[in-house]
This record gives sequence, C-alpha cells and structure tokens, in this order.
Amino acid sequence: MNFDDTPQEAAFRAAARTWLEANAPAPEEAKRMGRENLDEATALKAARAWQSRKAAGGWACLHWPKAYGGREATPIERVIWEQEESRFAVPRGFFEIGLGMCGPTMMMYATEAQKQHYLPPMLRGETIWCQLFSEPSAGSDVAGLRMRAVRDGDDWVINGQKIWTSGAHYSDFGILVTRSDPTVPKHKGLTFFFVDMKSPGITIKPIKQISGTSNFNEVFFEDVRIPDAQRLGDVGQGWTVSLTTLMNERLAVGDAPGPGFDEAFALAREVLLEDGPAIRNPEVRQRLAEWYVQSRGLKYTKFRGMTALSRGATPGPEASITKLVSANVLQSVANFGMDLQDMGGVVHGTGQPAAGLFQQALLYSPGLRIAGGTDEILRNIIAERVLGLPPDIRVDKDIAFNALPTGR
Amino acid sequence: MDFDFSDDQNTLRESARRFLTDRCPRDAVRRILEGVAPFDRELWRGVADMGWTGITIPEEHGGLGLGHLDLCVIAEEMGRVLAPVPFASTVYLFAEALMLAGSAAQRAKFLPRIAAGDLIGCLGLAEGAQAPSPRNIEARVEGGALTGTKTAVTDGDIADAAIVVARSGAERGPRGLGLYLVDLTGPGVTRTTIKTIDPTRSHAQISFDGAPAELLGAAGDGWALVEKLFDRAAVLFAFEQVGGAQVCLEMAKDYALSRYAFGRQIGSFQAIKHKLADMYVAVELARSNAYYGAWALSTDAAELPVAAAGARIAATDAQWLASKENIQVHGGMGYTWETDCHLHYRRAKHLGLALGSNRRWKDALISRLEAANAAA
Repeated sequence: MNFDDTPQEAAFRAAARTWLEANAPAPEEAKRMGRENLDEATALKAARAWQSRKAAGGWACLHWPKAYGGREATPIERVIWEQEESRFAVPRGFFEIGLGMCGPTMMMYATEAQKQHYLPPMLRGETIWCQLFSEPSAGSDVAGLRMRAVRDGDDWVINGQKIWTSGAHYSDFGILVTRSDPTVPKHKGLTFFFVDMKSPGITIKPIKQISGTSNFNEVFFEDVRIPDAQRLGDVGQGWTVSLTTLMNERLAVGDAPGPGFDEAFALAREVLLEDGPAIRNPEVRQRLAEWYVQSRGLKYTKFRGMTALSRGATPGPEASITKLVSANVLQSVANFGMDLQDMGGVVHGTGQPAAGLFQQALLYSPGLRIAGGTDEILRNIIAERVLGLPPDIRVDKDIAFNALPTGR
Repeated sequence: MDFDFSDDQNTLRESARRFLTDRCPRDAVRRILEGVAPFDRELWRGVADMGWTGITIPEEHGGLGLGHLDLCVIAEEMGRVLAPVPFASTVYLFAEALMLAGSAAQRAKFLPRIAAGDLIGCLGLAEGAQAPSPRNIEARVEGGALTGTKTAVTDGDIADAAIVVARSGAERGPRGLGLYLVDLTGPGVTRTTIKTIDPTRSHAQISFDGAPAELLGAAGDGWALVEKLFDRAAVLFAFEQVGGAQVCLEMAKDYALSRYAFGRQIGSFQAIKHKLADMYVAVELARSNAYYGAWALSTDAAELPVAAAGARIAATDAQWLASKENIQVHGGMGYTWETDCHLHYRRAKHLGLALGSNRRWKDALISRLEAANAAA
C-alpha cells in the first residue's frame, strides 16, 4: 500500500504540472471563463479552446489509443492528470459524453476509416457528440425504447422521439439506439447507429429543468435517413452495443459537481448561528464529519478501483457506488448548507455565501440522482451484479415487443 | 500509487483466514458467550504460536518485526471470526503504548512476553458512564502509588498488566496526566468481572488502592500519548470492524438467497436488495477509509490523526449498520439467541465504544481538520 507516486508516476505528474502551469488559464482568466454565471455560448467557446490546447499538447483523452490522438495512459496516470488539472479552474463540461462514451463505442464498432475520420476532431473539441438513448416511455427500462428504424435500400428511415439528451442542442453527432424489429422480445430487436445531428428531419427542443436552465433536450426524428454504413454492430445487436456505452458511462460519470464536504466546512466556518459560528455547533460538526468520511471514502474507493485496473482487472459494476453516494451527499450538503443560512437561505443568487452554490445545488441535485441511472437502478446493479442476488422478475422477457402492455 | 495490500500481505490474509476459520468456529465464540470461560485460551495460544501477538514487535524482542499493514490484515480476520481473545487490548493498546513511549528497560521487560503470548495487557482509561477527558479523570498517582477505579476495562479481569491513565497530584487538565504501568497481580489491585453487552469479550472494574505504578513516558505527556495511541489503535480497530461488517453482509446475503417467501427467494425483492446494496456501500466506504488509515499508520504520515479518525468513524458506522440490518434481513430468526446475528450486533457496539464513541471521534475529526486548515 503506497499513496505516493512511483518514480514514473512522479515524472508524469511533474510533466503534467509543468504543462498545466504554462498552459492553463491564469486564475483571473479562469474566473472569467468559469462556467458559473456565463451564458452557454461563451462557456462552450472557452471549453473548446481549452480542449484544443490540451489536444495540441498531447493531454486530451489520456486513455485513448495513440492512433486517434490519445496517450494510452495507465489508469493511475489518468487519476494523476485529473488531480493536477483540478488544481486549475479550467473550463469543464461539454465533452464528457463524447469522449467518455461515444468515442469508446465508435472505437469498438466503427470501421477503421470512420474512426480515423471522426475520432480526432472529437478529441480536439472540434465536434461534440451526444448519446440518444432515453425515450419518454423508456427511462430506466432503456431497452423498452420505441424509436423505429426501417430499412430502405442503403438507408434506414428513423421515426420517433428521444428525451433527456444532454447537449443535443450543441452537438454535431450522436449515437443512437433504435427498434428495428418490434416482433421479437425487447432486447433482441434493437439496432445501433451514429447520426449527424444536422440531418434533415431532426428537431431539438430544450427542456427547461427545475433549476431553470436547459442542459438537455427532447429530440424528434421525422423520416430521418441514416446510411447503413453508419450502423454500429449487427442488425438486432443494438443492445450489446448499448452495453458497451453504458459500461463506459460508469467510468465516465464521476463525482457530483458542486458543493461537497470542503464547501460545507468552509461555510460552517463563515456563517453565524444563534450561539456563534456554525462550526462550533455540535450537530453541525457531526454532520460535517459524516460527509467527510463519505467523500474521502469515495475518493479512496476510486483509487482502489484504479489500482485494480492497473493490476489487470476489468472495470466492474462496483463503480456504481460513486454516483449513488455523491449525488446523495450533494443533495444533503445543499440542504444543510441552506439551513445554516437560515431564513436568508432562500435567496437564490451569487450574493449568497459561497456565491449561491448551495442554492444552485439544491435545485440540480435531484437530477443527478436520476441521470445515468437512478438510485434505485444503481442499488439493483450492486445487489444483482456485485452481490449476486436474483434479478428482478422480468415479465417482458419472452414477449414480442409489440405485444407488451403499455401504459402512459 | 498503489491502494491495495501486497501479494505477501494477501498470502498472510489467506493463511490467517484458514487458521481462524479452523480454530475459531462459531461454537468456540458461543462457549465464551455462555460463560464457560472468560476468553478462548487455546485460541490465544494458537494466535501467539502463529507469531501474531508479536507481529510488529522488533525481532530483538522476540517479535516478527513486520509492519502495521500486516497487523491490519490480521485485525480484519480477527474481526471476521469475532475472536474471543484479548488481542486488541494486548497488541493494539498495551504493546503499541510500550513501543510508543516505553523506556528501553520497559520494552525489554514486556515486549518479549507479549510476543511469546505469555502476557495479556489492557488499558485503563474510562471511569464510568462519561466521556473520559483530562478534566474528569479521578485516578491519581502519588509517590508511585495508584488510587482510583477504572471501568469498564476490556480484558481487565484476565490481564497480567495494565496501562492506566491517571493524574499526578492535584492538577486537572492534559498536562496533569500520565500513563502508568501496573502489575495487576500485585498488591493494591481488586478486580471485579462485570457484565457487558458483549459477553464474548471479557470486562472488569478495577479498583486500585495504593497499587505500585511505574510511569510510562514523560510525566505530563499522558493525554498526548493517549491521543497518539488511540489514533494508532483506531486504524487497527477499524480493520476488525470492517471484517465484522463484511461478515454481516455475507450472512445477510446468504440468508436472502436461501430463504423463500411468497414463492420467491427474499433476495429477489427490491426492499431486501436495496438494503443489502446500502450495506455494501457502507462497508466499501469504510474499507477505503481504513486503507487510507493503514497507509498513514504504516508510514507514520502527518495525516495520521485525520486518517485514523476517518477510518474509525466510517468503520463504526458501517459495522453498526451492517450488524443491525443483518438481523432485519433474517426476520424473527435474526432475533433469536440461536442465530449468530446478535454476536455481531453485540461486538459492533462493543468495538464502537471501546475506543470512545463516534460522537467524540466525529467532533475530534472536525477539530483536526480545523487545525490542519489553520496551519495551511
């Protein structure tokens, strides 16, 4: 057990730090570029610039093959890079889904020519990708989707609706799972594609969330034509391809962004309760301690996972812990942080303590407990895939999709 | 970076698990529970013969001279089987205190006997149902004679020697305290075995009436030493607790797979699955915090006070959760004397208090983070 760098890791860290110090935006610039309080177009521009600079320096997509611009870095090197990059207030967001989920899926199923064509621009931040999975009637039950794909010569004709598609409104391409055969059970009739988001027949409508912002969308497909050459995997094998994406999602979805222990600790030192600083209050101290051990427990669990990967293990369903715990901690921290601000805690805006982070997090944390797998689905994954408990009873398993009862 | 035990340590774990599964089956624990003996003397002898009582004791004193990571491995296995032996008292507390503060003569006198399994040690700190603190320790030493009462002292009735926290003279506060070595078989010592919530571990009230007491470490360093000692022991206790919590999860899982209701395995119901998932999450987070503590302990890192508190808090909460939910998953059977769930439930609470309550550790953690923050 060693929490220190090996000589090779230390050299990698030093190189990363040197490059970041020379290239990362200065704190003042970073503040201007920070995503908070910026309109999306400005934030996107900043994020693209940073991604492009990273790509030019060879620091984008560390784990990707060198052939597509990556670095073939080890899992530990990825952690080191994340640690070093997080010391700088660099613009984040926009690329995680493409680089973390779409890219790996393309690598597994696209032709070599397609990979050469699509992957490097994705890595450089020139193209943005989204993932078109969920539908109004298929959220946690992803394989229950209904978007129809009908073969027409060299093309497929797509009709239907996707929903909760993060970033569709600024994406150039998307990966898409459709139903090509409704007469077989649900997992067997799916076919997977990638699609140009500017294709005729695609309409994107942003969804206004409870936070008041719109990060995801409804996407309508009306007679959208996709060439068969853009099919990923065999006809009817769409579920297998989707699993590749979902496995990578588990690796890509990290900690919940937003206030955690450190912000709650700082707030407790700043605000006054009726009998003095909040940090002196016994109940506050107990709660802080619990969040501390949860957040550090997650951090070291992640490091244990990376150690296992570096010893040759494959990423397993154990990683479901991360989002389950971090989204819940975020919501409790947001709630308690606002309680500490007492009657004034209702005020939403950057004039609040911690620039209103707790208020913001109160409104977006419910979404994090749903996105990328609900708490309930994640618990099922842990129970079934890690602990080996029996799967839920699936009454739709052997029934043709078009014979399934449907409700709302 | 490497967040796991080494191959050698994993080999040690396997042999420890084989040995303890064989030598400490559940009916051995139950014999102690039923009051046949205060502890499992045969197992204790076996543990000593394996070298584990001297695992971190230097070879010059008859120990194996291994590191604390190896001791963490053993601790987790001890926790898994609920070993009814004075391992924690003797190894994590008594021996650690000697290695932390003992003079050359004191080490030479005690360490070889501990390594050989010939001496059981214990720690006398608490004086009843209140959080021990520099302000409320009443035991005192004057002219080398100790007077006062300590309770509850884990293994106090079977130990040969104790390290006792006591005041010297009238001064109250941290600087007025010292650690004292006391021969429990000598004059001025009266011991009463007391009943506790965990009868698989032996406890006593010890009254000292002018018992000869020898200072351990410098006078006035007592409280600082207690804190140092507890930080080190907290990591070792955390591994026992993680081992115990893990077994509760395994018991609950096995039961959920073998018990049928409404025509199905109860483990197929989401209410049970989700409960088990939550137990798993708590155990894993505790294990990760314990690993960090193990690293800090084995390298004597500056982070040890924070890492130890994190390990202690997470492990105490996880073992409590796992042991109570294990009973719940077992239903009515879980509440019977004959099912083993209560052994874990009892041990979880014993371990959760034996080094001070989580309320106190959580408060201490925040104080330590405040101090670290102020220093930064």
